Amino acid sequence: MLRIQDLPKDKYLLPGHTACPGCPEALGLRYLGMALGKDIVLVVPASCSSILQGTMPGSSLAMRVVNVPFASAAAVASGIANIKELVGGNVVPVVWAGDGATADIGFAGLSGSAERNDDLIYVCVDNEAYMNTGIQRSSLTPYGAWTTTTIKGKSEDKKELPLIMLLHKIPYVATASIAFPIDFISKLRKALNIRGFKYIHLHAPCPTGWRFDPSKTVEVARLAVESGAWILFEAEGGRVRLTPPSNTYLDKSRRKPLKEYLSIQGRFRSLRDEDVKVFEKLVDSTWELIIKFT
Amino acid sequence: MVIKVLTGNYAVAEAVRLSNVDLITAYPITPQTTIVERLSEYVDLGVIKSRFVRVESEFSALAVAYGAALCNARVFTATSSHGLLYMHEMLWWVAGSRIPIVMAVVTRSIGPPWNIWNEHSDFMDQRDCGWLMAFAENNQEVLDTTIQLFRITEDERVYLPGMLGLDGFLLSHTSEPVDVPEEHIVKSFLKPRSQPYSMCGTELITLGNLPKAEDHMMMRYDIQVSMENAKKVIKEVDLEYSKLTGRSYGGLVECYRCSDSSYLVVGMGGWVGTMKDVCDELRDLGYKVGVLKIRFFRPFPEEDIIEVLRSVKGVLVFDRSISYGSLGHIHAEVLARSYRLGNRPVVKGIIAGLAGVDVGVKEFMNSIVGFVNEVEERGYVEKYSEWLLPG
Repeated sequence: MLRIQDLPKDKYLLPGHTACPGCPEALGLRYLGMALGKDIVLVVPASCSSILQGTMPGSSLAMRVVNVPFASAAAVASGIANIKELVGGNVVPVVWAGDGATADIGFAGLSGSAERNDDLIYVCVDNEAYMNTGIQRSSLTPYGAWTTTTIKGKSEDKKELPLIMLLHKIPYVATASIAFPIDFISKLRKALNIRGFKYIHLHAPCPTGWRFDPSKTVEVARLAVESGAWILFEAEGGRVRLTPPSNTYLDKSRRKPLKEYLSIQGRFRSLRDEDVKVFEKLVDSTWELIIKFT
Repeated sequence: MVIKVLTGNYAVAEAVRLSNVDLITAYPITPQTTIVERLSEYVDLGVIKSRFVRVESEFSALAVAYGAALCNARVFTATSSHGLLYMHEMLWWVAGSRIPIVMAVVTRSIGPPWNIWNEHSDFMDQRDCGWLMAFAENNQEVLDTTIQLFRITEDERVYLPGMLGLDGFLLSHTSEPVDVPEEHIVKSFLKPRSQPYSMCGTELITLGNLPKAEDHMMMRYDIQVSMENAKKVIKEVDLEYSKLTGRSYGGLVECYRCSDSSYLVVGMGGWVGTMKDVCDELRDLGYKVGVLKIRFFRPFPEEDIIEVLRSVKGVLVFDRSISYGSLGHIHAEVLARSYRLGNRPVVKGIIAGLAGVDVGVKEFMNSIVGFVNEVEERGYVEKYSEWLLPG
């Protein structure tokens, strides 16, 4: 079992980065550096993570970083993965992409690279909307959420991307949350030792887009897991295993009320009681779906 | 010396086989497909040691090529038409990153309607991306220029990607005898892979984060400087290649019977061969006509063109593409350069052969004779830009 005190003290996200206060991507990048260290070659499509690096010739990330066009991240990393043995050196290609770059515009490239089983780690940092352009809905925005392009709340459910990736028959799929860094880091380290395409879906509550106080990022992320709205699992060989603490929330009675998670966020402010019921049904059906793969 | 009978596409594949390429990636599209098939076979049969990445789209083909090239690998890809258009965003990214990559573009019409026949609109659509843009007249030149492009793009004075255009079907699927150089000759000609930086090295590089506007403008300027440098490099490389193989193409342009001509016909690609035949016939009839072949469209051979334009009365430019609402692409370029001369010749453009419409000896003959006679009679032409419509 990994312990916080065993983690490296090296800083991979440097002071002076230009992320918003309370940014979950900034947290995630710190954990990523702690997990994988200096061998990372980070491939970043258009996203908040392109911005938080700051202006050249400086950079807030103490790792090799390639910024790439919105839809191209998986394919660029695929090119690096396919040549890394030939060029030698320590190279771990890691894609660090938002939900839009992953589930929407970059999905074909992601699917292609996964099907080819390229030896790389793909992290989808899911803040559930196009935050960098100013909070527009994506296919991973949840039901009922306000965005600037769904002012009455999104009427569709969130796409079940981790399972879609599971069905690509890749060797490793996991979900994670920025509220559970040890879990995230452990999953990254496990992925590092598996050859082939590894997909990790990181839940990343965004104070700016979700409309909550920047001091509450971790709290909101934790509530998402504790209320069952976000489920932590990992899958090797196509078999899903719920990971702590989500394994305890299989029993619905142990979960915190969904309303607690929703009411802390401004984006769900206009949700009526019947909308919350719909939301709950969708969460239940996601659990049922995931359980089928355990 | 080995003479092989090769289609244009197989000439590309032979060139790639000889060029010690680390990674090949491509997505099939007619009429480029046989390049992909042949190279895929070469890799599977162990003829070459390259990796072959079979991608799910052209956009990803160039993105995979880019990723590999970022890590100091020599890479190759090929496409056509809609595939090239689908790559467009990546084309800019590759050039802006100053990463050498070589790509073959087998030219084809753009839909709708669906049409696989030849024209140059797909090629010309990439005009402003920062890629070197060469075009071949025949399959021998296809092979030679592909090899040369690896050398030119990897020259430290250039460090830009380059594409080679070849006419769909007219070259890509037509067989010609091609002199294939020995492996050791190409090996000595191509140096080991060179590029400005590697993302897989020990240096902590961040590529492409936000710039100051001033820095970004300087980067744009540097590309233009390198394009200018490339003119010299292209000529040097042509000279060195000719010493090894006996074949020279003159650098950015090839002049055919230009030196004593009063009229010039300008073109690019396979139909230049027909223009040369027509030129010979017209010479026999007493017309002092020469042919100027555009071998590199980017960088544009400005100085070469001004030099040959200096001594002629009229220039007739044939374009296999049109910038809608304006002129043919080559016509516009040549016309602009003619204004650098005090005594400028009459420059007329003809749009022909779009969508795969055949243009043969008869069509060239009529257009050229008509043009020469009109300039001789009036000193000007009534229509400075005209379509050679079918029928």
